[in-house]
Amino acid sequence: MFMQHFINAIGLGSLYGLIAIGYTMVYGILRLINFAHGDIFMLGAYFIFFATISHGLPWAVGAMIAIAGATFCGLLVDRIAYRPLRNAPRISALISAIGVSFFIENFTVVVFSGMPRPVVQPAALMAPITIGSVRLVPLALMVPAIAFILVAALLWMLYGTKPGLAMRAISYDIETTRLMGVSVDKIIALTFAIGSALAAVAGILWALRYPRVEPFMGIMPGFKAFIAAVFGGIGSVPGAMIGGIVLGFVEIMSVAFFPTLSGYRDAFAFLLLVVILLWKPTGLMGGKLEDKI
Amino acid sequence: MLEIKDLSVWYGGINAVKGISLSIKRGEIVTLIGANGAGKSSAIRAVAGLVKPRGSIVYTDKDGKDIELVGKAPEAMVKLGIALSPEGRKILPHLTVEENLLLGAYTLDDRAVVAENLEHAYALFPRLKERRSQTGGTLSGGEQQMLAVARAMMSNPDLLMLDEPSLGLAPILVDEVFKRITDINKEGRTILLVEQNAFAALRIAHKAYVLEVGNITLEGTGHDLLNNDKVREAYLGG
Repeated sequence: MFMQHFINAIGLGSLYGLIAIGYTMVYGILRLINFAHGDIFMLGAYFIFFATISHGLPWAVGAMIAIAGATFCGLLVDRIAYRPLRNAPRISALISAIGVSFFIENFTVVVFSGMPRPVVQPAALMAPITIGSVRLVPLALMVPAIAFILVAALLWMLYGTKPGLAMRAISYDIETTRLMGVSVDKIIALTFAIGSALAAVAGILWALRYPRVEPFMGIMPGFKAFIAAVFGGIGSVPGAMIGGIVLGFVEIMSVAFFPTLSGYRDAFAFLLLVVILLWKPTGLMGGKLEDKI
Repeated sequence: MLEIKDLSVWYGGINAVKGISLSIKRGEIVTLIGANGAGKSSAIRAVAGLVKPRGSIVYTDKDGKDIELVGKAPEAMVKLGIALSPEGRKILPHLTVEENLLLGAYTLDDRAVVAENLEHAYALFPRLKERRSQTGGTLSGGEQQMLAVARAMMSNPDLLMLDEPSLGLAPILVDEVFKRITDINKEGRTILLVEQNAFAALRIAHKAYVLEVGNITLEGTGHDLLNNDKVREAYLGG
């Protein structure tokens, strides 16, 4: 029984982690909480729904379209809502982020209607297999596997390539990085693209796991992923993944061991946020908050 | 190589540089000296594109083409052959020494050239090679200054601009850093050096300008100014 919960927790946690990476990378560079990030996740789920269910495309092709579509939307949000405010006070960009989030949600309601739509899960992913005493579906293993592959690829990008070096540099000092000939807007756009693509992957996997899509489905996972990012230490990619998995465990295990408290599942997540902010405000992997000299 | 005409820099209502003109010939070390707040950094930051000035800055690249720098973004300068080692060194403390250097070569696509420039930087500053995998934040002030100069050298610039390379360094390290600046100049690179440490700067400069509250009040060869009574009194302690 415990193994069953364990796998559920890892699965949910790695989805939170994938979304959290987008928050943490954008915050690391712009010190901006991209509130529209949960909505990019939602759009990823909608795009896969329309590609596969409405237009009957194969899942693999649909996934490509959904990732490309959500990435494009993420870039558009940066270009329209954040880039013009690059030199404005931080609070302006934050307000813009909240506005964009409401806009995307309500635009989706207008265009696709507010009705939740069911997603048909591919049979191959849902055929139960039994390993020892654990019965699970291939999807449950696929979710964390994809998440870990993507995180490994992202870490290689950050620590092994030139754009990755530029990202790590910009997160500390934008002006000096520009002096080195780095086009900051391009690197910021790349950051949004990566975050949005990962959110889209999470959206696709979420739609497979909890088979329906609706315009406000990004809000709660978005908040949870934000908590995961803060818990792991905002700015840190491994931290975001670890934070996501811890949050997955807190949610699944609290419900598993205290079934009477299952209604408080979301409350546990926010309690975790309060605890981490009181106990270690920079998060697990967060650096010291130091003033730049 | 660089013709600055009637350059002024404003910060809101404050006029930090008040219409200065100066000219730098290829192969020279030119220094801009003056007290704190005289406008030296503002002038060099204007050339680097970090502040928007009024006036004109015409740069002649190595193909002999004249390029107006005013209005260009800082990230465009490196490709033109201009690099700045900023005031306060601005080492990225969480990156390793080598990563800091590689960032300086960001605009270069040829790996072989980058490797060559890296070896050259290590040859100039052997200490950096010893510390290559340490993070920038763990270096001493002198080492950080060497790293800042070496990083600016990584793009193989024609014009190397140095903003206060002696700041916060012990006298023995100032000598070391200025000796390297002379070496770099001997490779055929032009150097624009902004300094408060007038004595060290004038000793190595071919040409020097004295900046006082936003105006150039004196100019001449480094040797002339070193022996100028006014300069001796104001900047060299009599």
